[in-house]
Amino acid sequence: MMHTLHRLGESIPFEDAIASLLLTVNVFTSIEWFLDHVFGPGMDVLADLLGTPMLGYPYMQRAYLAAVCIALIGPVVGTFLVHREMAMISDTLAHTAFAGVAVGLFLNSALSLSLSPLLTAFVVAVVTALLVELLVEHAGAYSDTSLAIVLTGGFAVGSILITATDGGIAVGIDAYLFGSLATVSTENVGILVLMSVIVGSLVTLAYRPLLYVTFDATAARAARLNVRLYKRLMVVLTALVVVSAMQIMGVILVAAMLVVPVAAAAQVAGSFKQSILLAVLAAEFAAIAGVTLSYVYGIAAGGSIVLAAIAVYAVALGFQGLAHRLPTVRRLHSQRPGQTREGLEADGGERE
Amino acid sequence: MTTATTERERAGDPLISVDDVTFGYGEIPVLESVSIDVEPGSFLGLVGPNGSGKSTLLDLMLGLRRPDSGTVSLFGEPAHEFDAGERIGYVAQDATKAARDMPVTVREVVEMGRYPRRLFGRFSTADRRAVEEALEQVGITDLASRRVGRLSGGQRQRVFIARALASEADLLALDEPTVGVDAESREEFYSLIHELNATGLTVILIEHDIGVVTTHATDIACINRQLYFDGNPEEFVETDALSQAYGKDQHVLQHDHR
Repeated sequence: MMHTLHRLGESIPFEDAIASLLLTVNVFTSIEWFLDHVFGPGMDVLADLLGTPMLGYPYMQRAYLAAVCIALIGPVVGTFLVHREMAMISDTLAHTAFAGVAVGLFLNSALSLSLSPLLTAFVVAVVTALLVELLVEHAGAYSDTSLAIVLTGGFAVGSILITATDGGIAVGIDAYLFGSLATVSTENVGILVLMSVIVGSLVTLAYRPLLYVTFDATAARAARLNVRLYKRLMVVLTALVVVSAMQIMGVILVAAMLVVPVAAAAQVAGSFKQSILLAVLAAEFAAIAGVTLSYVYGIAAGGSIVLAAIAVYAVALGFQGLAHRLPTVRRLHSQRPGQTREGLEADGGERE
Repeated sequence: MTTATTERERAGDPLISVDDVTFGYGEIPVLESVSIDVEPGSFLGLVGPNGSGKSTLLDLMLGLRRPDSGTVSLFGEPAHEFDAGERIGYVAQDATKAARDMPVTVREVVEMGRYPRRLFGRFSTADRRAVEEALEQVGITDLASRRVGRLSGGQRQRVFIARALASEADLLALDEPTVGVDAESREEFYSLIHELNATGLTVILIEHDIGVVTTHATDIACINRQLYFDGNPEEFVETDALSQAYGKDQHVLQHDHR
């Protein structure tokens, strides 16, 4: 696995990334080992310490680990999307990923294959991402209308394929649409951990060009950066994140993880790097709070996570509003960048 | 200021040479048979009415677009093949739009000037020094950790100039850089550009305000699809090129202006 990652870091081949993702089945064995021998026992100890038995249940342990991964990769990719005013593309890709799931189920049923629907979802989402990007390269700008057409079109294809397939499969569809904690398998967690590593290292590696292209694409082009390459990288990463987070968050809500924590962080962050860090912190808080609430009250996990994230956003907005109204706070705020982070954490802690 | 020169670049050659360039968006002609040279160390002001093709000409000069016919050379190479991005500093018309909401600091923006030289890997001492010197040179060192979006329009424009200085660019291209900047800051801004030009930096400026251009530029090109004037400011104010370029119905008449 180390070898694979090293190679990825050097040449950024996405197809290879997906191929190795799907081929390296032994990743799942190591994830299983990690869950059984490291993460599981650790959580068991935590469960004893806090007197909360739910932390000891293997499926809750998987859910927490998955949520933590989503809260990492969502904002990391989302920060670049939101500031290029492309937040809608994550929603669009999520809905076409649903078509991908349907394609997988349909092919399995029609041709008696045993493809993972997640695999077809990855393929369909990545291909759509690149097609949308090519379209944009031709037209020159993102248009709400064309994204809305792709979004609804993808979802329409999905719904037709679901109904065209034998009735039995409609059963699992709710889990994809609204997300589910109970169905999080070791395989899902494995994919999320792997995605965290892939997305994390690609964004770390390509941080500078991604930042330049996000901030000022024309100047980046004049400076001879390969702007097209990095824009494509951005949408492919989005597709990967959206599909891997889909099973927990649900197709309909997954985009929130790429947008809401980022919007919250943008209110209070003192720099771009700090905004990524704060967005991840906000998302982690929302994810852990959401999963916990979901278990305690028996409510939907995706919805709980999104509402927790929106609550953090509201707090950040309030904090920012306060800073504008009170000149003294504002001065502190601009003089001491550390202040903002403390502020958000304090606000976050208060909600817990 | 000069960095590694390209093989085909020779002393005395123009820095940019536009030769008989024609360009259109689809069927709509934007530029016709434009020829113009930009000498190293000069300050070229591009003037012309709205939609006259000034920005397109600048894009062609920088190799961001390719002409339908004619050739453009940049630092002695075909402009679209030129790849030493660090030699070009570009401040686009809409550069400040994204800067307003994005939580990015002055220092982070100025560091972008080093990206063409060091897109990956750690910044060297030289990289960091170049950034500090650029901040110093335009007088924004004390603003370095402020968010760009929370600066005044005039301060923000200085950040973009500092980005070009950090990259140790030889050519500074400005496309209406002072839109939405108050009069006093504009004056300071153009004094700064004037000073930088005096140290050997070649400047191309697109600007609505003819007064600014005639005050600071060493050369003026007046275009409206065609080139109406190319020469020094003293001659420019004595010709009627401006009224011709602005006043003429560009679809009907065909002036023989040279």
